[in-house]
Amino acid sequence: MASRPELQAPPEIFYNDDEARKYTSSSRIIDIQAKLSERALELLALPDDDVPRLLLDIGCGSGLSGETLTEHGHHWIGLDISGSMLNVALEREAEGDLILGDMGQGLGVRPGVIDGAISISAVQWLCNADRSSHEPRLRLKAFFGSLYRCLARGARAVLQVYPENLAQRELILGSAMRAGFSGGVVVDFPHSTKTRKEFLVLTCGSASLSSATPQAKGEDGESCSDDEEISGDEENQSVLVSDRHRPRKKHKLNKNVKGKEWVMEKKEKMRRKGNTVPADSKYTARKRKTRF
Amino acid sequence: MRLLTHNMLSSNIKGVTSGFPLRIEVEKMVEKEVELNADFLRNMFAKVEWKALVEASKTLGYTELPDNVEPSMLDSDEFLNRFHHALLELHLEEGALVCPETGRKFPVNKGIPNMLLHEDEV
Repeated sequence: MASRPELQAPPEIFYNDDEARKYTSSSRIIDIQAKLSERALELLALPDDDVPRLLLDIGCGSGLSGETLTEHGHHWIGLDISGSMLNVALEREAEGDLILGDMGQGLGVRPGVIDGAISISAVQWLCNADRSSHEPRLRLKAFFGSLYRCLARGARAVLQVYPENLAQRELILGSAMRAGFSGGVVVDFPHSTKTRKEFLVLTCGSASLSSATPQAKGEDGESCSDDEEISGDEENQSVLVSDRHRPRKKHKLNKNVKGKEWVMEKKEKMRRKGNTVPADSKYTARKRKTRF
Repeated sequence: MRLLTHNMLSSNIKGVTSGFPLRIEVEKMVEKEVELNADFLRNMFAKVEWKALVEASKTLGYTELPDNVEPSMLDSDEFLNRFHHALLELHLEEGALVCPETGRKFPVNKGIPNMLLHEDEV
C-alpha cells in the first residue's frame, strides 16, 4: 500500500508542479474525477429548481470537480493546500474562486452562507500528521466544526474519501458526528476493490426525513430495482455500510452453458468428420424454462 | 477573487472574534463579464453582508451600489445589474486581505488569496 499518496508526502509537497500537471493531464483521472463529482452532486440533492447555488469544493485541486459544478450552473469556491494545483486550475480557467488554505485549520467562511459542500478524495489527508504540530483529531475537529458552521440550515456536505483502514473511517465519521452532522456513509460498488467509492453524506441540523442517508447504487439482491441505470454486471453493486447484513448471494448464473451458436458449430465440425449427427431443427440447443 | 468570495471569507486566526470583513488592499483589479442570473442574485441577497459588499466595491473603485437596500429593490433590473457587477464581475487580482482585528495580511496572488495560517495562529 505504499502507493497511497498520503503515505509519501504532505499534500502541499506531494502535489508539486510536476505531480499537479501529471494529475491533470491524465484522461483517466479526469474521467474518474468527473464521475465522482457528478455522483457527489447527485448525493448533495439540491432542490430541483434550476437556481444556481453557492457551493464549496474542499480540496478542489486543479478544478476538475469544479468543472462539473460549473456545468450544472453553480457558483463555487474552491479550497486547496497545494499552490501548484491551484496554478493548474488557473491555467484551465476554472470558473470558481480559488483559495489557498488548509482545511485542517478550519475553513474561515462566514456562518450559514454555503448551500452545499463537496470534496473529492481529500479528507483522508487530514488523518496524517505531517508536522509535529499536527494532531489529526484536532484538525478533523477544526475542519468539521467550521464546515458545520458555514453551511446553511439543512444543507448537505458530500465528501468522497479513501480511508486507509477501518480506524481512519471511524475517526473521520466520528469527528463529523461530534461536530453535529447527521448522516452516514454511502458505499458505491462495495465488492470491487477498484471501483469501490465511499461517500460521507452529511446533513447540517437534526436528522429528518429529508436527511435520511440516500440509497447506494444498486443495493442488495431484493431491493435492487431495475430502474437504476446500472449496467448490470456483478461488479456494479453497492450497499450501505451501515447495514450489517451482507447482501444475499444472487442466484448463480451458470456461465458454463454454451449457446446455440456453439452447438451448431460443433455439429458442423462433427458432420465434416463424417460422424452421424442429428438434423438441425428449431429445438436444437433451445433454452429450457428456469423451473426445469 | 470575486467580491462574492470576499463577502464569505473571514479571518480564521485563533482568538479573533470579529474576523469579518477583511479589509482589501488593491494592487491590481480586473473585470470579467459573466452572464446575469436573477435567481442566483435573489438567493444570494439574503446571505450577502451588504455593508461589507459596498465597502469592498468602493475599494475596487465601483461606487454605484446604494448604501441602504431592501428586498423589494430586487425587482428593479437596474439594481440587479449593479449588484451582479459588484458581486461577480469585479475581481481582486493582486493585493492583500487584511484581518480587521490583528492586521495580519493575507496576500492575494493571481486572484488566489493565501489563507494559510502560521503554526502559532491555529
